[in-house]
Amino acid sequence: MAKANFEVPALKEYAEIPEINPGVMAHSKPYKSKPEFQEALGFPGELVEDWQKQAINKMGDLLGRYRSLRVYLDSCVKCGACTDKCHYYLGTHDPKNMPVGRQDLLRKVYRRYFTLAGRLFPDLVGATDLTEEVLGDWYNYFHQCSQCRRCSVFCPYGIDTAEISMAAREIMDHIGIGQKYCNEIIGKVYKIGNNLGLPGPALADTLEGLEEDVFDETGVEVKYPVDQEGADILLVTPSADFFAEPHVDGLIGYGKVFHEAGVSWTLSSYASEAANFGMFIGSYDNMRRVALRIREAAIKLGVKRIVFGECGHAWRVAYSFLNTLAGPWDFLDPRYPVPQHICEFTYDLIQQGKLKIDKSQNDDMVLTYHDSCNVARASRMGDKPGGQFDIPRAIIRRVCNNFYDMDEETIRDRTFCCGGGGGLLTDDLMEVRVKGAQPRVEALNHVIQEKGVTHMAAICAICKSQFTKVLPYYGMDMDQIVSVHQLVSNALVLTGQESDDSDDAPSGEPENAAA
Amino acid sequence: MSFISDIYAYLFYFATLVLLGGLALKILQYARTPAPLKIPTTPAPTTKTGVALRMTREVVLFESLFRGNKWTWIFSWMFHFGLLLVTLRHLRYFIDPVPVPIQMIQPFGIYGGMAMVVGLAGLWARRFFVDRVRYISSRSDHLILALLVAIGASGLMMRFVLHTDIIRVKEFFAGLYNLQVVTLPADPVLLLHLLLVALLMIIFPYSKLLHAPGLFFSPTRNQVDNPRERRHIAPWAKRLEQE
Repeated sequence: MAKANFEVPALKEYAEIPEINPGVMAHSKPYKSKPEFQEALGFPGELVEDWQKQAINKMGDLLGRYRSLRVYLDSCVKCGACTDKCHYYLGTHDPKNMPVGRQDLLRKVYRRYFTLAGRLFPDLVGATDLTEEVLGDWYNYFHQCSQCRRCSVFCPYGIDTAEISMAAREIMDHIGIGQKYCNEIIGKVYKIGNNLGLPGPALADTLEGLEEDVFDETGVEVKYPVDQEGADILLVTPSADFFAEPHVDGLIGYGKVFHEAGVSWTLSSYASEAANFGMFIGSYDNMRRVALRIREAAIKLGVKRIVFGECGHAWRVAYSFLNTLAGPWDFLDPRYPVPQHICEFTYDLIQQGKLKIDKSQNDDMVLTYHDSCNVARASRMGDKPGGQFDIPRAIIRRVCNNFYDMDEETIRDRTFCCGGGGGLLTDDLMEVRVKGAQPRVEALNHVIQEKGVTHMAAICAICKSQFTKVLPYYGMDMDQIVSVHQLVSNALVLTGQESDDSDDAPSGEPENAAA
Repeated sequence: MSFISDIYAYLFYFATLVLLGGLALKILQYARTPAPLKIPTTPAPTTKTGVALRMTREVVLFESLFRGNKWTWIFSWMFHFGLLLVTLRHLRYFIDPVPVPIQMIQPFGIYGGMAMVVGLAGLWARRFFVDRVRYISSRSDHLILALLVAIGASGLMMRFVLHTDIIRVKEFFAGLYNLQVVTLPADPVLLLHLLLVALLMIIFPYSKLLHAPGLFFSPTRNQVDNPRERRHIAPWAKRLEQE
């Protein structure tokens, strides 16, 4: 279906660790951010004149602010445990995509300017000056990292390449070299409220359309409210949910769940975005500015709870950082965690037996589940470690009859990234996205062959968008990726819903039809 | 021999100073650098006890490395556990009277020395035979392995080939405590062994050997997973709120 001007990796029966092929991805880089996008975020518009000096200064500044960076740059012993763990290395074979290879692009400069050994014996310890060539490598290879943290699982010291990539991107932004995709999107959030630049009236229109669709289909008036003051719950969800398949099917599901729970809820047109791209560029300031919009919306609307929709990096920022960046949240109802994930919300209702479910509505699918990287390795759901693995699976099993996990080596905290996270979900990086998806698609292909799996569910907007685009390169269909709450939506029988099993089913709109 | 003994005495004073001073400075630097965000690699423990257990498993069993690469795990665990036994065995040269547990560990210390060298050899072989590991190895990575192998081999040589007068070695180190230089036996293998050990002590705070203290300060491993329950905010980030 899709045409590629690069070689799409062949899917193999068993995962293989490829031999290194140095420099094979040296050509891959995203578009540079224009001055207007840079300046909106508080960065210089273009490469500053004394960029070397300023970059080193910024590195020193970050070393003093982030213990992770300092400790991780010192601690690596080059044991090699991470070398075969990055999906971008496995898919591209470029050794600078091995976590340690990527880190060393920054580490060798750190050694040169900040360590005794590197100052005295640079050649011995692999230290180098910050040259234009090194800067070029930074730009190319730190934008071939989705900050998925798979390497951090296997490192004996927990060295997390995401931390290094974020620092490198922060340094580059501070000398005027930003990535267009991320920085333009953050600007849209400041200006309009979401990543897609979807204005309030358009959002209201979309939601009205959804209400009509759901009513036509179920005969029940499910509301999809926006900017409703005094609602109990503020739902913050990725803007993809307002826009495209399969995301919007998930949003329909959230609405149905809230409806059945009998709670009042609302979206905010001011904070109409869950994703926080400030994290991708490693900018605490921008991450905080984006997070504070949610606080302002919650105060203005007078809500008691905050629930996040299906989004991976968004949930990481929400779960791990929201309290830090935009807290304290003492004006909310203390009986509920701040924030809550929509899966936690739905799971609670399931546990209480408050949802009427007809599993057979999903019988046309055999499902597997993709653990999104930032949910799996950087967040939690529920009150026990590992809840982020168990709760979505428990929901899927409750609403579907056919579910199989992919190979144990490729799920839960060992999950493979979709290949599009961390600010890489842009067409100018299509080659690295397709190649980076290979390990995940290989595992998916395995359960397709062995178990007859037809669909893969996910709870991340980036995963859904990425797979929709990338699966066709591997000869699969774009609609094989579905949202978890799309499955909930299919199976949920609303109170007062006309039975559509017998008569209406053939004439009713097929719920799973994707674009 | 007193000239050489003098040099070695000063060398060990210097090496001890560099090791302890350098490490203390590094640890202070790590401890003082804030960790502004909660970034434990999940699933992470939700209590401090849980974190202590996680850290213990990392330090004692190399849990993450075990999941990461079995060969590296086998060789590095052999090396580190061997090193531990050897170090414990060596305590008898520095302590008087020698505690009973240290007396009892003596024969195992020898096996430890062998395990140490075998483990190092395995790790070194990986640097030649695995193309990915060869790619990431710098000259210093090879040199540190060479240094450790030489320390292990020279130590084992004194046990099995050329014995040294261990009583006088012990007197030398006991003398150092009292700022007295007692003459060292003039055995070349002993002198080489001691020279390399001093070198190791000196490079420790300035090399990748910093992974030892680093592990304890690694936020992905040492943080409690409770960001929703507790607000976690670094001093420099707090200042942003007052602006």
